[in-house]
Parts: sequence; structure tokens; C-alpha cells
Amino acid sequence: MTTDTSPANAVNQAAFTRAMMDASITTPQGLRDSQNRPAGRRFNVYRNNVAVSLTDALLQAFPVVTKLLSEENMKGLAGIFLRAHPPQSPLMMFYGAEFPDFIAQMEQLSHLGYLADVARLEQHMRRAYHAADATPIDPDALGSIAPEDLMQTRVSFTPAMQVIRSPWPIFDIWRFNMEQDAPKPQAGAQDVLITRPEFDPTPQLLPVGGAAWITALTGGKTIGEAFEVANQDADNFDLSTTLALLLQGNTLTALHRKD
Amino acid sequence: MLDKSTFTHLPQTPGVGYKPQHFNDIISDPGSVGWLEVHAENYMGDGGRPLAQLRHLAEEFPMSVHGVGLSIGGEGPLDGDHLARLKHLVDWLNPASFSEHLAWSTHDSAFYNDLLPLPYTDATLARVCAHINQVQDLLGRKMLLENPSSYLAFAESTWSEPEFLNEVARRTGCGLLLDVNNVFVSATNLDFSPQGYIDAYPLDLVGEIHLGGHDEDHDDHGKPLLIDSHGRAVVDPVWALLDYTLERSGPLPLLVEWDNDVPDWPTLEREAARAASALDRVLVEVAK
Repeated sequence: MTTDTSPANAVNQAAFTRAMMDASITTPQGLRDSQNRPAGRRFNVYRNNVAVSLTDALLQAFPVVTKLLSEENMKGLAGIFLRAHPPQSPLMMFYGAEFPDFIAQMEQLSHLGYLADVARLEQHMRRAYHAADATPIDPDALGSIAPEDLMQTRVSFTPAMQVIRSPWPIFDIWRFNMEQDAPKPQAGAQDVLITRPEFDPTPQLLPVGGAAWITALTGGKTIGEAFEVANQDADNFDLSTTLALLLQGNTLTALHRKD
Repeated sequence: MLDKSTFTHLPQTPGVGYKPQHFNDIISDPGSVGWLEVHAENYMGDGGRPLAQLRHLAEEFPMSVHGVGLSIGGEGPLDGDHLARLKHLVDWLNPASFSEHLAWSTHDSAFYNDLLPLPYTDATLARVCAHINQVQDLLGRKMLLENPSSYLAFAESTWSEPEFLNEVARRTGCGLLLDVNNVFVSATNLDFSPQGYIDAYPLDLVGEIHLGGHDEDHDDHGKPLLIDSHGRAVVDPVWALLDYTLERSGPLPLLVEWDNDVPDWPTLEREAARAASALDRVLVEVAK
């Protein structure tokens, strides 16, 4: 390799990345092989490494979306996404936060209306997996509060708890693709609660009104105030079933009783 | 002889790159494995299983934190948020070693998740040294810098890689992480002698050695093009290059990396056992 420091041979990182992310751009001329010939195919190693590693990260993050689309189609979609939205941080565990919105805006995917919300569910599962640890309350602590005081109590949740509302049966779709013998999805809106009892995020179907109730609670409303919100959202809101899901999922970290 | 405890406290035994699927095997019987290395970026979440496992492992093994996302060679400034996360992790874990790469991966806020190559010029040298000083000042410790796998060369380079690394270490006080597979890959790809590279390398500054597997491709002219994939066993010529290195350096902490198509634990442990016997051969030589 002969050194040739003429300005035309200087390769800055802007030129390197432009050519790396767009194969139609010629490889910078300052990149060579050992005999001073143009780097050619050698530069493709970087093009390939970046595309493959980011595509793999997306396939790993969105396994159900990948199944729904087929791996081949998902790889094609990932190739477009990673060029439009390269990671903005080295934390690959969070790469793809914009992927659900990206799917929603893809005209070619508009016939799969549910796909963006399924992606959102998978994205929230990942966030729950990496969320901060928190100590749950003893479920019996609720029993020691008189019913009239309970309605005036506020609660705090673990950072791992997530709620997703969808006009699509996203819970059934998720389960059908992840679990053996799961029933076929039926049309209809579904709200999903994600809990992390210990280390593994678990999605569960919320009763009607449950998402509105939990969202009101996370917004700082009392259990009673949130109950009103839930009743406006749905006719048959089932408070005790929803509360049991929260307790079983170790989602409550504190009860704030009325002074 | 330089006191290597300024930049590493790893034992002179084999270690492996930690993969979560091996957690139970490692806890029940680590075999020849005396220490573990983790990629810093995989432990920068807020909580959950990754950090719980790391806490557990650190109680039983010396740990090495190996960054893959700092972009030490980047033309732009280092990412302040990422530095803060790194400091948080290193302060909490207090690992036996922290290392990063002579490479860049971030440009204009985009992170490309690959170790991208640098021209070896005075401008690169000044920038890499400034970034290493910044990292070492922030962490309050010396780091190790790893030699890359090269697939191509820069016409503008005025330094050889061993000379460049030596100069970085001399200016910043950092130690070096010598990846002998990377040496073998680069030597094949760029037509130089891997033994000649080792002869020119400042072995007294090495705090850790990496071993890994590579893939084989070819360039436009039909010449072999090796790719550092970490997806298979270490090949015999790389084991031979390890022996050549250890005969000159004496025993060092040795790490087996296997990051893709991760094998079962017995297969990975066998690689570590092979590294252990390479170390034993040097120890016998030292004792003679």
C-alpha cells in the first residue's frame, strides 16, 4: 500500500457513510486494496454489515410482525426503514421505536391495518423488558383499606407496566403467532395490559373500560375518579377483574391513601 | 516492565464473551472459564433480567466491560449521553477492565452498529487521543484500545497500524487489547505478515488478547477476503498466531468471542479450554 495524501484521496466520514448507505454512490476513491487498486467489493463488507446487523435487530424486536409479513418481506421493509431511520443511539435494545409509525404510513401496507398496532405491542414488550425494577406492594394491603376509603386512594405503577389500546384484535393476533393452540383472532377492538411479574413481560387482554381506568390512574386520578372515567368509556367496566390483573402482574408499587 | 495493573485487573486465564443463554451453565460449572466479558451497550437499560444477571455474575467472576458504541474515532464529539451511561455502568460494576475499539460508528447523530475503519493520519491520531483522554478522565481509569479487522486501506494513511496504536498508548497512557484474529484477518486482506505485525506491536502494553472466528469471502480479483464475523470456532492459523504472540508477551488474559450463531456452552467452553492449554504452554516456558 503506497501512501498518497493528495486531497482527492481524503475520505471523510460523511462521504463514507453516504456511500455505505446508498449502493448507487461510488465507493470513495481514497479506499484501496493492498495493491493500490480501488476497494471495490471490499467496501461492500461495511454496507453489508450495517444493513444486516440493523435488519437483524428489527427482526429480533418484532417477531410477530415478521411472521405476519414473512421474513423476506420484513427484511425488505427493514432495509427501507434502516435507511430512513438509522439508530440515534448505540442502545440497539431500543432500536425501532419509530417502526410502528413507519408501518402506519406505508401505503403498501394499508391493507394490513392492524400491523402498526401489533408492532406497537411488541415495542412496548421490549420497553417493559428493560424497564427499571420496582418493589410491588403486598396484595393484602388493599384489603386493609375500607371500601369507601379505597375509592379515594391513588396508586403508583411499576415502570414496566404498559397499556396499549387498539381498534384491532392485537392481543389475539399476538397470541396466535406466539403460542401453540391459541384461538384464531376474531374481529374487534382489544386493549392490552403488559405486566412484568418478574423478568418476562406478559401481555394480557384487558376487560372493556380497563385501559381507560388504568390510564386515568396513571394520570393521578383516585380509584373512584378513574372508575367514573372507565364507566364513561364502557358500559360494563369490571373493576375487580382489572384490579386483579394489576395485582397478579406485580404492577402496583404504592397506595396513596387520603389523609 | 510496565505495571499492567494501571489498565487491567483481569486474571491471566481464559474468559469468554458472555451470552445470556449460557447463564445457568456458567453458574453451575464454568470449566476453564475464569472471567467474563460483556458488551457495555447491552447493559444500559434501566433494569430487568440483563442487569440482574450481570449483578449475579459480577459476584462470582472478574468482569470486563467491552464497549462497541463509543465511536472513539468519530470526527464529531463523543456522545455525551452515551458517556454518561457508560460512566454509570462502570461506576456501578467496577469491572476489572474497560476496553473499546480503534474505530468509529456514529456520524451526524446516526449510529451504524458496525466498527468502521480509520485512516492512520496525524489528524486521526490527535482526535483519537483527545477522545481517549476524555473517556479516561471521565471514568477515572485507563482503558484498553483494540486493533480492528481491516477489509481495505486508506491511500492517505501515513502510519502503520502497530505504530499508530503504540503512539496512541504512549500519548494517552491507555493499554492495548490485541485481537489476534483481527491481525490474521487484516494480514490476509491487506497482504502483510501477521507475525511481522506482532513483532512490530508493543506487546508490553497489551492488557488482554481476543480470539474469534471469521468468515471467508473474496474480493473483485478473486483474492481471499476474510470477514470478522465472530460466528464460528477460532481457526488453527489464529491459534498458531496466539502461540507466537504469547511466546513473546508471556501469559495474558485471553478472551474467546463468539457473538453470532452462538454455540451451546460445552462447545464454547472447549474453545476456552484450548486457550487455557496455550497459556499453560507459556507458563511452562516461563518456569524453565
